[in-house]
Amino acid sequence: MYRYDEFDLKLVNERVAQFRGQVARRLAGELSEDEFKPLRLMNGVYLQLHAYMLRIAIPYGTLSSRQVRKLAHIARVYDKGYGHFTTRQNLQLNWPALKDIPAVLDELASVEMHCIQTSGNCIRNTTSDHYAGSAPGELEDPRVVCEIIRQWSTFHPEFSFLPRKFKIAVSATEHDRAAIRVHDIGVQVVKNATGELGYEVWVGGGLGRTPIIGKKVGDFVPRADLLSYLEAVLRVYNMSGRRDYLYKSGITFLVHEIGAEEMKRLVEEEFEEIRKTGALQLPQEEVDRIQKYFAPPAYETLSDAAPEIDALAAKEKNFADWLKTNVAQHKVPGYAIVNISLKPIGKTPGDCSSEQMEAVADIAEKFAFSEVRVAHEQNLTLANVRKKDLYEVWKALDASELATPNVGLITDQIACPGLDYCNLANARSIPIAQRISERFKDVDLQQKIGRLHINTSGCINACGHHHVGHIGILGVDKKGVEYYQVTLGGAADETAAVGEIVGPAFTEGEIVDAVDTIVKTYLDIRKDGEILLDTYRRVGLQPFKEKLYAAH
Amino acid sequence: MAQHSRKGAQVQAVTANRLTDGVVVYLTPQNGWSPSLQDAEIAEGKEAAEALLARGQTFFEPGNFVLDVYLFEVERTEAGIRAASVRETIRQAGPTVRVDLGKQAELEGVHA
Repeated sequence: MYRYDEFDLKLVNERVAQFRGQVARRLAGELSEDEFKPLRLMNGVYLQLHAYMLRIAIPYGTLSSRQVRKLAHIARVYDKGYGHFTTRQNLQLNWPALKDIPAVLDELASVEMHCIQTSGNCIRNTTSDHYAGSAPGELEDPRVVCEIIRQWSTFHPEFSFLPRKFKIAVSATEHDRAAIRVHDIGVQVVKNATGELGYEVWVGGGLGRTPIIGKKVGDFVPRADLLSYLEAVLRVYNMSGRRDYLYKSGITFLVHEIGAEEMKRLVEEEFEEIRKTGALQLPQEEVDRIQKYFAPPAYETLSDAAPEIDALAAKEKNFADWLKTNVAQHKVPGYAIVNISLKPIGKTPGDCSSEQMEAVADIAEKFAFSEVRVAHEQNLTLANVRKKDLYEVWKALDASELATPNVGLITDQIACPGLDYCNLANARSIPIAQRISERFKDVDLQQKIGRLHINTSGCINACGHHHVGHIGILGVDKKGVEYYQVTLGGAADETAAVGEIVGPAFTEGEIVDAVDTIVKTYLDIRKDGEILLDTYRRVGLQPFKEKLYAAH
Repeated sequence: MAQHSRKGAQVQAVTANRLTDGVVVYLTPQNGWSPSLQDAEIAEGKEAAEALLARGQTFFEPGNFVLDVYLFEVERTEAGIRAASVRETIRQAGPTVRVDLGKQAELEGVHA
């Protein structure tokens, strides 16, 4: 894992001291809210419905057991004993008091963490594949690039006041688990014909009010040029992006309006200019230095077969179910990737109590090289577990309600905090996800339905990624009453697509039945081997529409 | 953002969040801020509402004790003063998905 150097430490400590002073001045009435708001937002402090909310950055979703324990401690002492893992692989605390936040930031700094750039129109936390370093077929650990981008983008003077917030994601496998095509910039690690590693750069993807899939602007950016190339993209956006109209201020609109070809031309032009005037080149020794932090852990030489685990699975159905969905193939023989579901049936997606965090920290310490990942699907991952330890890991997770066998299935839903917490929301998201979870709680039914992503957002800002859910649900407000609009056919992976609206919105009372109707229709008409997304892609909206609105 | 008050709302109160901890508070007849809606001053009609809001805002700056001051619609019920919209009911009571948190312990059945 990356460890702070003297510069990182100094930056973070200075920022905490600065914010402590700002909070004191605000509480003393020396700063007005108008003056203070931009300062608190730069430190991840929002005001929500019931309290402040603190968004803690988790760079590319990687945490040590020590850090997870610290988060558990902070949630217990300064909050109400739980936190909420988000689709940006961050952690949000829902109830901190403003007066306590400097102390929280001190605690975070003591484990090399902070809340810098978790808000505001700057470059946000760079996200990545939660299987990084462990995924079969991976070209390199994508977190090396993420860390380089983190260092480059932190307090970047030119890019601290962009027209809109800016999000970057990195993937290093063909199968995209980081949703790079719905990011402002998506970086795909690729290899060219001569075996050299470089980057495809996708630009202008995004969700929110107008969802757009990113366009490939850079086909093969050499490693040494990555930062210069990103600088070129950001500079074109910073100069040409709209600042007069919030809803069209994202890079998505710029690319959409001028077209991918023109964007490419402008970026190339800027890139050439940067090269002429002193390009920021990535020295190989610096890349090597950072790479060392992400060196593989000390894997043992093991056989890939684990007969004792197979035997236990044959005896215990719950364990077998969990193995089937929550455990993924590892690149090293004898190892596995373990996904920890934060989606117990009927509970809040992404919520994790202090006790659960401590359990995860302990399990990671004992079985997974003390490392925990956050998945953008609001789950956790232990990326390096010996297969022979799987039963013990399952038992330990199960004891803390962390072994729901549903990863990738219909009850493994993404949901934003919605109107239960969020100041921007129009409707509640969590109760909808909970009721869908209850409706489909039968494990065998879930497995029969197969891979299915339901994503719910409580407003058009799309924090719940509803546009890219196989089934997407968007909460809207109609004269003070919550309604839910449904989309079908969205996808966040390498086949990224924006879902299509099925028709008029459903009431809160109707929405779970509507999902049920969609699932039943799919089960009736699917062909062998199809998941819901495949069926939708084959038959389109019509058969679903007919069933959904038959009674209308 | 979900609406706080529909057009033509007749019965309203003024709400804000407390500066130190963000807790939802309501403007009282004594020009204080109470965490309970039951202590709120209720304005009937447009003029009274505007006057109430203006009073809330005079305490907004430069005293700095609360932030985001606004009017919202309420109803008088047998169980006391209740917010009219889902959003304000959630602010009044707490998240509907964590009925152990927020102020809802004192507001039995508020989300029913």
